[in-house]
Amino acid sequence: MLELKGICKNYNPGSVNELCLFQDFDLTVQDGEFVSVVGSNGSGKTSMLNIICGSIDVDQGQILVNGVDIGKQKDFIRQRRIGRVYQDPSKGTCPSMTILENMSLADNKGKPYNLGRGVNKSKLEKYREMLRPLNLGLEDKMGVQVGSLSGGQRQALALLMATMTPIDFLILDEHTAALDPKTAEIIMALTDQVVKEKQVTTIMVTHNLRYAVEYGNRLIMMHEGKVILDKAGEEKVHVDTEQIMAIFNRISVECGN
Amino acid sequence: MALLLSVLEQGMIYGILALGVYITYKILDFPDLTVDGSFPFGAAVTVRLITMGAPAIVTLPAAFLGGALVGICTGLIHVKLKVRDLLSGIIMMTGLYTINLWVAGTGYVAIFNKETIFDNEFVNGIFPVSLGRFKTVIIIFVITMAAKYLLDWYMSTRSGFLLRAVGDNDVIVTSLGVDKGLVKIVGLSIANGLVALSGCIYAQQQRSFEISIGTGAVVIGLANVIIGTSIFKKITFLRVTSSVIIGALIYKACVALAMFAGIDANAIKLITAVLFLIILIVSMEKSGRKARLRQQGE
Repeated sequence: MLELKGICKNYNPGSVNELCLFQDFDLTVQDGEFVSVVGSNGSGKTSMLNIICGSIDVDQGQILVNGVDIGKQKDFIRQRRIGRVYQDPSKGTCPSMTILENMSLADNKGKPYNLGRGVNKSKLEKYREMLRPLNLGLEDKMGVQVGSLSGGQRQALALLMATMTPIDFLILDEHTAALDPKTAEIIMALTDQVVKEKQVTTIMVTHNLRYAVEYGNRLIMMHEGKVILDKAGEEKVHVDTEQIMAIFNRISVECGN
Repeated sequence: MALLLSVLEQGMIYGILALGVYITYKILDFPDLTVDGSFPFGAAVTVRLITMGAPAIVTLPAAFLGGALVGICTGLIHVKLKVRDLLSGIIMMTGLYTINLWVAGTGYVAIFNKETIFDNEFVNGIFPVSLGRFKTVIIIFVITMAAKYLLDWYMSTRSGFLLRAVGDNDVIVTSLGVDKGLVKIVGLSIANGLVALSGCIYAQQQRSFEISIGTGAVVIGLANVIIGTSIFKKITFLRVTSSVIIGALIYKACVALAMFAGIDANAIKLITAVLFLIILIVSMEKSGRKARLRQQGE
C-alpha cells in the first residue's frame, strides 16, 4: 500500500515565481490497484510521480510504503522497488548497448553489479521468449544497438525492462504520449497484459482519456494539485469518456483556458 | 628504423593514456582535465620509487593505484561537492602540479643508471642481445595489450555495463537502483589509473621525469581517441579499445613526420593544438555530413 500524507510542495519559494503545487495533498493506493491519472498540464500529475520516486523532494508530508516512511530515502534506493517508464522512449533504455545487453542490465536489478559477466548467455532464450509476444521482431535483433530501434520498439523494451525484476510499484509517466496512435495502442495493450500478469500496483499518468477509462480499475482526475475526481471499482466501470471530457472542459473554462 | 621504433614505443604509451581518456570523454561524457596532472603524477611516483630502489615492476601497479586515487578525488569533487565537470578537472590538475613536485622532489629527475621495467636482470636475461633494440617496444606492446584486454574484460562485466549505461543515459542507472554518482567515480578512477600507468611507462622509456610532460596530455589523448574512433567507426570487428590505440599510433606518426620535416621542437605544443583542431573539424564535418544525408533521406 502506498500512502501520500499531507504533502506540501512549493516551487521557487521566496521568489516572485513562487508556485504552491501541493498543499496538504493525500492519496492512498491499495495493493493491486491500476490507477489512471488524468488532468490538465500543471495539475501536478508528473510531480506526484516524481515525489513518489524521489526525483523531487517535498517540503512537508510523508510517503509511506506499507506503513514505512520512505521520504528520506535517496531516489536510487527507492527505485530498487519501483519500475518506471518515461514519456521519452530513450530514457528507459541505453542506446549504445544492444537489446541483449539492455535486458541483462535490467535483469541484474537488485543483484550486485560486480565483476561477474554482464551477459548471461544461458538466459538468451528466456529473453527471446519475452520479446516474441510483442510481435515487433525484436527477438531476432538481440545484437542490435537499441539506439537504432524505433520509439515504439524502444518503449516496449523499456516496459519489459522496468518489470523484469520483482517490484512493488509500476510508474508510467505518459508512456504512450510520444508514440504514433497505432504503436500507442500496442504499448497500451502490452502494459495491461504485463500489469495483469505480474499483479503489480500501477500508477499511470496519461493525457489519453480513452486509455484512462478503458484500462485500470481506478481513475483519478487532478487539478491544481488536488484530486477532484476519484472513481474506483464498480463506479469506475460506469465512467465513460464523455463524462470525463465534460468535467475536463468545465475546469478548463474556470481556469480561462 | 630508430624513428619507427620511437613512434611505436611512444604511440603505444600514449595509447594507454588514450584508453583512459576514452573512458571519460566517450563513455562518461566527462571532459576530464585531471589527465594533465595524473599523467605526470604516474611519472613522479615512478621516479620516486625507482630512486628509492624499489623493484621496477612495482612501479606499474603503484602508478595505476595512485592515478586511481587521483580520479576518485576528481569524482568526489564533482559528485559530492557538485562542482562542474570541467572545473573539477582544472582544480585537480592545478593542485597536482605541486603534488607532483613534492613526490618527484624536483622538476627534473633523471634515472639513467637505475633499473627500469626495460632494463633489469629479469628482462635482460630473457631477451637475447640480438633483440636488444626491440626490447623496449616489445615490453610496451605487452603492457599495452594487457591494459586493453583488461579494459575490454571490465566493460563486459556487470559493473562495466553500469559504466557504459551511466554515460549513455544516467536516468536508467537510478532506475536500476544504483547511485549514478558512485558509478561516475569508479569510471574516473579507472581512467586516471590508466593515464598514470601511461605516465609511469613514459618516464621509464625516457629515463627521466620532467614536470612539464603533463602539459597538453589531455589534448593528445583526445586527439588519439577522436582519430581512432572516427577512422575505424565502420570496421566492426575491431574493438573500440584497439581503434583508440591505433589512433594514438597514427597521431604519433604525424607528429614525428612534422618533426622529421624539420619543424622546431619548441613548436611541438602548437603543432599539437593545431593538429587537434584539424582532427576535430574533420571529424565533425564527417558526422555533420552524415546527419545531413540522413535528413535528406527522410
